[in-house]
Amino acid sequence: MTALQDTTVGARPRTASERIVKWISRAPVHIILGLIGLVWLVPTIGLFVTSFRPSADMRATGWWTVLLEPRFTTSSYERVLEAEGMGQAFLNSVFITVPSTLAPLVIACMAAFALAWVKFPFRDTIFLVIIGLMMVPVQIGFIPLVTGFSQTGLLTNYGAVWLAHAAYALPFGIFLLRNFFITLPKDLIEAARIDGASNWGIFRTIVVPLSVPAIAAYGIFQFLWVWNDLLMALVYAQRNAIQPMTVKVTTLLGTYATEWSLLAAAAFLIMVVPVIVFISLQRYFVQGLLAGSVK
Amino acid sequence: MAVGTPPGAVAPQPQRAKVAGAGFSWAAALFLAPATFLLAVFLVFPAVYTVFLSFNRGRGGQFTEWVGFDNFLRLFTQDPNFLRLGFPPSGALWNNLLWLIVYTSLCVLFGLIIAVMATRVRYEALIKGIVFLPMAIAPAAIAIMWRFVYASDSNTGLLNALLGNVGAGPISLLGNPDTVNWAVIAVGIWGSVGFATVILSAAIKGISSEVLEAARMDGASETQIFWRVIVPMVSLPISVVAVTLVVNVIKLFDLIYVMTSGGPGTSSRVIAFSMYVDAFESGLYGYGAAIAIVMLALLIPIMAFNVKRFRTEAVQQ
Repeated sequence: MTALQDTTVGARPRTASERIVKWISRAPVHIILGLIGLVWLVPTIGLFVTSFRPSADMRATGWWTVLLEPRFTTSSYERVLEAEGMGQAFLNSVFITVPSTLAPLVIACMAAFALAWVKFPFRDTIFLVIIGLMMVPVQIGFIPLVTGFSQTGLLTNYGAVWLAHAAYALPFGIFLLRNFFITLPKDLIEAARIDGASNWGIFRTIVVPLSVPAIAAYGIFQFLWVWNDLLMALVYAQRNAIQPMTVKVTTLLGTYATEWSLLAAAAFLIMVVPVIVFISLQRYFVQGLLAGSVK
Repeated sequence: MAVGTPPGAVAPQPQRAKVAGAGFSWAAALFLAPATFLLAVFLVFPAVYTVFLSFNRGRGGQFTEWVGFDNFLRLFTQDPNFLRLGFPPSGALWNNLLWLIVYTSLCVLFGLIIAVMATRVRYEALIKGIVFLPMAIAPAAIAIMWRFVYASDSNTGLLNALLGNVGAGPISLLGNPDTVNWAVIAVGIWGSVGFATVILSAAIKGISSEVLEAARMDGASETQIFWRVIVPMVSLPISVVAVTLVVNVIKLFDLIYVMTSGGPGTSSRVIAFSMYVDAFESGLYGYGAAIAIVMLALLIPIMAFNVKRFRTEAVQQ
C-alpha cells in the first residue's frame, strides 16, 4: 500500500509543474493499475488473436509474435461452426437460454408481487423459506430428477434443462424482486385498490411497469447464468443434438487438446453474446448486484 | 464467472403494518401457484428424496438397500479422493478448504485495493470494467483461456514464454499435483475480483470525504487510512462479499471440470466435482447423494445467517 502514500486528493494543481509533480507522485498507482489492466486483458486478447491465426502458424510461434508476421484467417471459425457442430450448439444455447430466462422471470414476478402487496397468513414465513431455499445447491436435485426425467423422456429434449433452470432460479428472483416491489409507493397501490383495480390489474399496470430496472437486472443475471452454465447442461441435456456450447467445448477439448486456434474460436463463440449483453446492459447488472447484496 | 446468490442482503426499511390476522387470499394463492409448484416438485421433493437416498445403496437411483451412515463413514474415512488426512492432507474437501481460505481472502483484498486505487484516477470506470468483465464469461471459456496461458510449450503458453525469457525452464502448472490447485485458484481469483471490486467500490464511495479528510488532517498515512478507516467502515459489505465468495467455492464445478478434470489423478477435485463423477460416471447414486447432502450441510450455516438477518431487519413490518 505504500503506493498510495503522498497522494493528495482534492487539491487542484495550479501550475504545469505542480501537475507534473502530482502525476509523478501518483505514478505508482498508475503503474499498478496498468499492470492489473494487462493481467485482466492479455489472456482475452491472446485468445482472440489465436482464434484468427492459421493453425500452422500457431504450432510454430506464440500468438504474441503476430505483429511480426500478421496472417489471419477465419478458417478455425468455419471449421468449428460447421464440421465440429458448434453452430448447432450455438442454436442449442439459444433454445435452452431463452425459455429458461423468460419462464422464471414471469413466475418470480408473480410470486414476488403476492409476497410484497397481497395480505395473507404466513406471508413472511413463506418469504423466509424462499430466502432459505436460495442456498440449496443444484446437486440436491440431480439424482431424483435425472431418474424421474429419464422415465419421461425429458432428458433427450429441452424439457429437463428448462424445468431445472427455471426452478433453481426462482428463490433468488423472488427475493430480489420482492425487495424491489416493496419499495414502490404504497399510496399508489392503495389508490388503485380503492378505484376498484384487481390484484392482477395492479400487478400488470403498476408494479411491473415501475419495476423494469429490477426485472431487467434479474433477467440479465439469469440469462448470463444459463448461457454460461456447464453443470446443469451436462446433467439435464443428455443428447448430443441438444447440448449447448459449454458442453460441446468440453467434447472438443477431449478430441483436440492442443489445437489452440480451434479451441480459441470455440471459446470465443461462447463469450461473444454474454459480453455484448453485459457491456450494453452493464448499468442494470451492477444495480442488481448492489441491490442483491448491500443496499 | 457467474454470480452466486448474494446472501445476507438487507431489505428496504419496513413501511407497513403487520399482516397478522389477514385472511386466506385466493389472489395470493394464484400468484404463488406456479412458483410453489416448481419449487415443490423440482427442489423440495428432490431434496427430501436425496436425504433418504444418502442412507441407501441407491443402485440406479432407486432405494435398493438401507445402509445407515455407511456412505458418510466411507466418504470421510475411506475415500482418499474426498478427504485424506495425512501430511499434507489432500482430497476434494481439503481442496475446497484451500479454495475457501485463499480465494476468498485474496478476492476481498484485491477487490479492496483496486477499488481504493481506482478512485484516484480518471480512468476509474475503465479499469473497473476491465476487471469486472470476466463476470460475463462462462467458466468453461475462462478455463480454456487459462489452459492456453499455462500451456507448457513455450511457443504456445504465454506464462512459459515469459519464464523462458528470464531463464526458467518450462513448467507444467496444471500437470503437477503440487501446483495445480494454486494455478486454478489463481484463475478463480482472476474471475471473481471484479465482483468484489464493484461491490466494495460502491461501499467505499459511501464513506463521507470528511471522515477521510479528518484522518488526513490528523496525519494518518494512506496505509493507515486504508486499514484503520476504510476497511472497518466497509466491514459489512466485506462480509457480504466474503459470504457470496464462500458460496461460490462450495458450488465450484465448471472451472475444475474444464481446466483439470480434477487431475492430474484426483489432485484438484472439489466436492461438487466428486459428486458429479461418483454419481454419474461411477454410478454410485447413494454415495453421490451423500456428497450432495454434505454440500447442503456446508451451506446451511449461511442459509441460517440469511434467514436470521432477514427476520430481524425486514420482516418486522
